[in-house]
Amino acid sequence: MKADTNEQALLKGLALNDSKAIETIYRDNFSMVQAFILQNNGSYDDARDIFQEAMIALYEKAQSESFVLTSQIKTYVYSICRRLWLKRLQQLGRYANRVDNLEETVPVEEDLEIHEKRNAEFAIMDRALNSLGEPCKSLLEGYYLKKMGMQELAAEFGYTNADNAKNQKYKCLMRLKKLFFSQYNIGD
Amino acid sequence: MMDDILLLEAIERYLHGDMEAAERDYFETLRKNTPEIDQMVVEHGMFLHQMDIYALHRNLRASLQASHTKLLERGDINEGGELTTKGKVIQLWNKYKKVTAIAASVGGVIALVISGLAIYFSPVVNGSQIEQLSKAIEVIKKNQQYQGTLINEVKSKIPENARLISGGSGFLIDPKGYIITNAHVLKGSGAVVVNSKGQEFNATIAHIDTDRDLAIIKINDPEYSPQKSLPYTIRRNSSELGEEIFTLGYPRNDIVYGEGYLSARSGYNSDSLTYQVQISANPGNSGGPVFNSNGEVIGILSTRQAEAEGVAFAVKSKNIYRMVDELKATDTNVAKIKLPTRSTLKGVNRKQQITRLEESVFYVKAFKK
Repeated sequence: MKADTNEQALLKGLALNDSKAIETIYRDNFSMVQAFILQNNGSYDDARDIFQEAMIALYEKAQSESFVLTSQIKTYVYSICRRLWLKRLQQLGRYANRVDNLEETVPVEEDLEIHEKRNAEFAIMDRALNSLGEPCKSLLEGYYLKKMGMQELAAEFGYTNADNAKNQKYKCLMRLKKLFFSQYNIGD
Repeated sequence: MMDDILLLEAIERYLHGDMEAAERDYFETLRKNTPEIDQMVVEHGMFLHQMDIYALHRNLRASLQASHTKLLERGDINEGGELTTKGKVIQLWNKYKKVTAIAASVGGVIALVISGLAIYFSPVVNGSQIEQLSKAIEVIKKNQQYQGTLINEVKSKIPENARLISGGSGFLIDPKGYIITNAHVLKGSGAVVVNSKGQEFNATIAHIDTDRDLAIIKINDPEYSPQKSLPYTIRRNSSELGEEIFTLGYPRNDIVYGEGYLSARSGYNSDSLTYQVQISANPGNSGGPVFNSNGEVIGILSTRQAEAEGVAFAVKSKNIYRMVDELKATDTNVAKIKLPTRSTLKGVNRKQQITRLEESVFYVKAFKK
């Protein structure tokens, strides 16, 4: 089963963070996942978490160059959610109700490994950024995430000139990198 | 310190490809000759890459949350709570948008009911009446096409604008084309079935019984030529522990055979509707028949236990009788179902049993429009 053209277009949209595409995939798949998680000892919040996690995994897949989705989006998302949720249950030591319907699933182990690595990296950066404190956090977010210019940032943060802002940014960046690399293992 | 700032700036410009050719050549020579700088470039490049990915993911997470909130507001998804008034209004509006489509399909439904009634009241079923039914559907197809592009129900086997959402197995309980499967296999709005030779047939969902996790679909396809009678019967009584069993199903596109034994009289959590069976069952086996060695259907494979290898559960076959009997009281279409009464598989060797059974077991593909 090759994903059809409509699904290909949706995945392309997802890779570009297109809100229309995200909404469509979300609308078409969420309820199925929610039902599965509710049936298996989960809550509404669990369902949302797991589903969004799967969407991120799908996004990662859609972004990679060697990207081929050999199943329907639905099957893929369901398979990811199922793996994630059973794993979560295991971690929580909740086993009740572990009965699966025998629907089609596809193997997702490899993708999940990549996804978990990405997630860990995301968490490290997130922690590092959040422990920086202000104004460092906003300054670096402005420059590196929102790609604002130094001039613009100087004005927004009340520095007398761009050089002052640059100085401050440099100090902040060094702190962030230190925090980040203290947890991130190069060569992993 | 100022030098460090300048150096970092240079590294960033270099990594972004913002340097002029001459400057870049100079920087590259510097990098080659100074291992410290080379290491800084590598390290900072990696860091910036991580930042970029972080930014993308953060934006995505925000978009996902925004979609969730929006869909919740519109009532497209819900989280158990009452629909908000806003959600209700929008849902109503969405419903009314579909009124034209509903109106158009009412014609089709009425035609189906009439042809169903006609056949019900006419004497003994035979081949030509089945032909008539399929003709009636041909007519409906044309009518519906006239009524606009919104509906293209029976046009292709899986409608163009439909998406395949789940798959499972199913088997005939009446050669006229009534197939039994699990309710949970039929997630969408319609289904097609595929036989072991790969031939696809249109089908309609005739009944869904979620309590028993059973469903009946009916093949409605002029290309389908019914067998005279089914080679197997459906067991009305309970089966015994240790009974040898086998199954046929579609965990992949090809039909797959598996064998095992009946391991408990009740199912998961002592569920009395089901048996526990020891058999290798895989996703896609749902809805497939479980036969005993005489070739009698004793159950419908439906679920398996996730943490134990080979433990699966099958809905007991007597539930088929119960469901069909209940339905006959209310549903005139289903009233025509005649469950098979004669088995020709007793004492026949397994390979021959399978050869005769194969054409009665179907791959069920459920789709959603």
